[in-house]
Formats: sequence, structure tokens, C-alpha cells
Amino acid sequence: MLAYLIRRLFNAVLTLLVVTAVTFGIFFLVPKATGTDPALLYIGKTSDAASVEGIRVKMGLNDPIVVQYGKFLKGLVAGRDYANGPDVQHCPAPCLGYSFKTDQEVTPLLLGDLPVTLSLALGAAVLWLIMGISTGVISALRRGTVLDRVVMGGALAGVSLPIYFTGLLASAIFVYWLGWLPQGEYVPFTESPGDWFVQLILPWITLAFLFAATYARLTRANMLEILGEDYVRTARAKGLRERAVIGKHALRSSLTPIVTVFGLDLGALLGGAILTEKVFNLRGLGYQALTAIQGNDLPIILGVTLIAASFIVIANLIVDLVYGLIDPRVRLA
Amino acid sequence: MSLGPEASIKEESTAPVADAADGRGGETAIAGRSLKQIAWRRLKRDKVAMAGAIVVIFLIVVAILAPVLTKWFGHPIDEYHIDQIDPTFSTPIGKFGGISREFLFGVEPTSGRDVFSRILYGAQTSLSVAFLSAVLSTILGTIFGLAAGFLGGWVDAVISRIMDFLLAFPQLLFAIALVSVLPDSFLFFGDRWSRVFVLVGVIGFFGWPYIGRIVRGQTLSLREREFVEASRSMGARSGRILFKELLPNLAAPILVYTTLIIPTNILTEAALSFLGVGIPPPNPSWGGMLSDAVTFYSIDPMYMIIPGGMIFITVLAFNLFGDGLRDALDPKAR
Repeated sequence: MLAYLIRRLFNAVLTLLVVTAVTFGIFFLVPKATGTDPALLYIGKTSDAASVEGIRVKMGLNDPIVVQYGKFLKGLVAGRDYANGPDVQHCPAPCLGYSFKTDQEVTPLLLGDLPVTLSLALGAAVLWLIMGISTGVISALRRGTVLDRVVMGGALAGVSLPIYFTGLLASAIFVYWLGWLPQGEYVPFTESPGDWFVQLILPWITLAFLFAATYARLTRANMLEILGEDYVRTARAKGLRERAVIGKHALRSSLTPIVTVFGLDLGALLGGAILTEKVFNLRGLGYQALTAIQGNDLPIILGVTLIAASFIVIANLIVDLVYGLIDPRVRLA
Repeated sequence: MSLGPEASIKEESTAPVADAADGRGGETAIAGRSLKQIAWRRLKRDKVAMAGAIVVIFLIVVAILAPVLTKWFGHPIDEYHIDQIDPTFSTPIGKFGGISREFLFGVEPTSGRDVFSRILYGAQTSLSVAFLSAVLSTILGTIFGLAAGFLGGWVDAVISRIMDFLLAFPQLLFAIALVSVLPDSFLFFGDRWSRVFVLVGVIGFFGWPYIGRIVRGQTLSLREREFVEASRSMGARSGRILFKELLPNLAAPILVYTTLIIPTNILTEAALSFLGVGIPPPNPSWGGMLSDAVTFYSIDPMYMIIPGGMIFITVLAFNLFGDGLRDALDPKAR
């Protein structure tokens, strides 16, 4: 078990290294391909050649890419000093550098965005798990009925609807036409839990609808497969009530694949729900990443990619560990 | 997905290699005559899937005929019709986004461009990107999946690791990043088709591990089957086993997953265009129209509903058809 854990952690770190290296590589090529100089982005176009060169030296933009990447990694672990002669700026670990555009330190900037993304993803996750699994189970138990067809038809429609359409449609209907929900922006939970809830309810429902559709289809398919298994027949034959057959025998094993998918979906969302955040104007990690990409702001892009990839990798790890707990047939080795 | 091997085991030597890697092969691309007939009969009985197929064919025809149809029923895509626009709100004067006999889907806010024509040309881009990237994913996925499953050992280890790695990637983030790095126009293509190829490359590249995993898994189990062993004992070389024994048996799952990856690609293309890194304006795209609609949707909802509805109908039709195809090809189907 311990050996397994160590190996997995080693692999996780390796994956993260490769992700950041690839990101670094790609965005090192951006300025070359498009002819934009990061130093110019950093200081503004009007500056004279000497101060631009100063910035280059200070940010290490003159170093070869490998050296720059090495310094980035060092900053991540041990913090880093940006120095040009007497002008020294210290960036404590975990240092993700400074934004080329606004000169803000990236780590606190992204930490500030994290609550928005966390609120969005976790709230939606609770909703879609409840909605998706319950409709999937009901659909499987009432297989072939009108209810099943309606629910599955709805789920298929849900899978086919992009969030950048449902999101706009939902806010057009509930905010502008019916006026049930106020216009406005994200409010931190610590500031006003009520407003936080009101502002997030539409993004939650929209996002959850999309995922619930997928989960309902998945749950129904798994459930139907399990209901056809011999052990379910045995459970019925030995006189268990239907409730116990479904709840204890069928549901548990049909949910194991859902755990895998859920972990990966949640992991991916925590790294920034770019589309949802864009549609609902939520300033989370995804929104930050999008603005950064459009402005070639390498340090922010790297930071978000690293956080996003970490969430996915951690989610993967947790899923595998949890899998061993809920399914005794799986042995970790 | 156990059907591939089951059904065509008797047919394996006569089965055509077919255009397994070509997503547009339709039902005819399935290997093994008997399987083809069984599947076709099942598919014909599935009314919902057939409806999906009809909508898909209709959309393809419309996209191909876009230049002709806009000439007959619409206006050039870049022609401004300021007279259709209310100067104070920059929204269409007519009701429902300016829908009239002359402008079938209304006009665009601010510029008054014909939405009908722009939707048709948008269908062209959307479908070409989706099809071509599905083909690319399928080719890559089949090659690497076959290699990993058949060769095993370190090849399998490397390919599997790459697939895991790609699946663990913040993909949309990377697609946005890559698309914004790659050049706007290259060779002799204009900026519209250059960007189409860039999108095909990026979407197709991130899509291959999904198909690759399935092909690998199927190959792993097929490799151990008796007919492969028999073939090998008769002295067949790896090439023959790969292309004559394994690939025909993989055609069914490959076809199904290619069909099911197309709607995902449509959504991704529209998402990228919505985020402003897809098809560059003034070229029409559904995602781009939705992104323009953000400014106007509270006063001119029609301009949002039409492209959004088109995306929905197209994706739904492909999903219905793909689901039907899977059920038709899979005897275990519900």
C-alpha cells in the first residue's frame, strides 16, 4: 500500500513537471511566433530601450528557455529573487512569478480567484450528483415506461446543449424576462452568504444540468447492467425486499464507475470552468486563464495550468484510492 | 462493445479492411457482410436514430449547398443592411430579430447582416471542423491503440502513459493556448480555411486518446483469440494479422466512437469560437455568433436562440444517430 502510494505520488509529480514544461515551451514560442516581446508587455510600449533591457535582465527573459524553466521550478519550491543590479524583488515560495501585464504577484492573485471557482464547482457537483443519480436510478427501475423515455430524452438533450447557450438562455429568462433573480456579480460567502447563494444559483443549475444529463445516462446504463446480474437474482430469490435489493446490492456496485467519472469531472472543473465563468462573468481561475491567454501573460497561464493539472492529478489519485474502499474486489498494488 | 469479435469471427478472412478510419463511411464501412446486414436492419427499425441520420444528411447537404442557397434565399454574408437596424438601440427594427420573408432568420444587431446566410456558412465550418478532426482522432487513435495493444511491452507502456497524460491535461485551456499560438493563415489558404485546419489539428489531437484507449482494449482481448492464434500458426506475418485479422474486427467500435466524437467536436469548435479563438471574424461561425449575442441577448434574444438552436439540433442529431448505431452494432444493447 505504501509502495503503491509512493509510486503514484512520484508519477503525479512527473506528470505535473511535464505539463508545466510543455506549457512553458508553448508560451515561450508565442512571443517568437507573434512578434510580441514579453518585456514590452510588462513595461508598456512607450519605454526606452534601456529600461526594456533592464526588465529583460530582471525577469530573466534573456536566459535560454531551459534556464528560465529551471528558475521557475526553483521559485516554486524555494522562492526566488528577481534582480537587476540593486533593484531586487523577492517572491516567496510557492512563487509563480509576476504578471507581465499588471506586475501583481501571481500566487496571491490566483489564490484570490480560487474561492469563486471552488464555490461554483462544489455547489454544482452536489446538485448534479443528486439530480443525475436519482433520475438515472428511477429511469432504470421504470425502464421502458413513458417516464423513462421522457427522462432519457431530456438527458440526451442536456448532453447536446452547450453551456454557453443554456447559460445565456437561463439568464435571459430568469434575470431579464421573469426578473426572478437579480443582475450582479459574485459576492464572497464571507461577505454575505445570502447574496453568494443568489448570485451562484443560476450558474450552479446550468452547470449541474449539463453534468446531470451525463450522469443520468451513465447511472441508468450501469444500473440496468447490474440488475441483470446473477447476484441480484439471488438476492431476490432469497426473499429480500426489493428496496434492499436495489439499495444494498444494485446501487452500490452501479455507482463505482460513477465515482471515477465524478472525480475526474470535479478535478477538471476545479482548475477553472472556463466557459461557465465566461458566460456568467464569474472571475474565477478559468476567467483569469482566458484573459491571460489573450494577453500572452505567461506567468498567469503557467500558474493556472499548474493548478488545473494538479487538481486533475490529485483527483485521479483520490479516485483510485476511494475505488479500493468502495469496491473490495479492487486491490491496490 | 463485445460485438466486433463475436459477429465477424466467421467472416474474418473475407471482411474488407474498409475505410475503418474514415468516419464518413456510414453503415457501409462496417466489416463483415452478415454483421453489416444485421446492423443495418436494426438501425432501420430504430426510428429515432433514423430521424437523427436524416437531420444529419440534411445539414450536410445544406452546408455543401450554402453558396447556392444564400444566393437564392439570402444575402451575401458580408453585406450590411443598416436600414434594418434601429439606430438608437442597434437592434433589428422588425419583430423577432428582424425575421421576415426577405431575412429568413432575421438580421444581425448593429450591422444588419443576414443571419440565414451566416448560419449556413457557419454550418460549413462547423461540420468540416467536426468531421475532419474526428477523422484525425480516429486515424491517430487507431494507429496508436493498435500499436499499444498488439505490440505490448514498452511500446504499450509509452503510448498508455501518453494517453493518460493527454487525458489529464486541462484540455480546453490548452486548445485555447495552442490555437492562439498557431499562425492565422498559411500556404495558399485564406484565414478562414487556415483556421479550420488549425482547429482540426488541435481538436483532433486532443481527441485521439479516447479512441486509442478503446482500440487498445479491444486489441488486447482480440489478440488472444483463437482465430488470431490460428492465423499466426499458419505463418501469417504481423502486418497481415494487424490489417486482415484485427482491424476488420475493430471497425465496428471505431465507427461508433468516430460518430460519437463528432458532436463533441462540434461543441468544442463552437466553444473555441465563442471564446474568440476559433474562426476569426468576419467569417461566420455559430460559436462566434453566440459570443456576439452576449451583448444583445436581453433585448434581441432571437440572435442568441438561432445559432444556439442550430448547435443544439446538430449535436442532438449526431448523438441520436451515434447512439442508434452503437445499439445496432452491439447485441448487448438495451
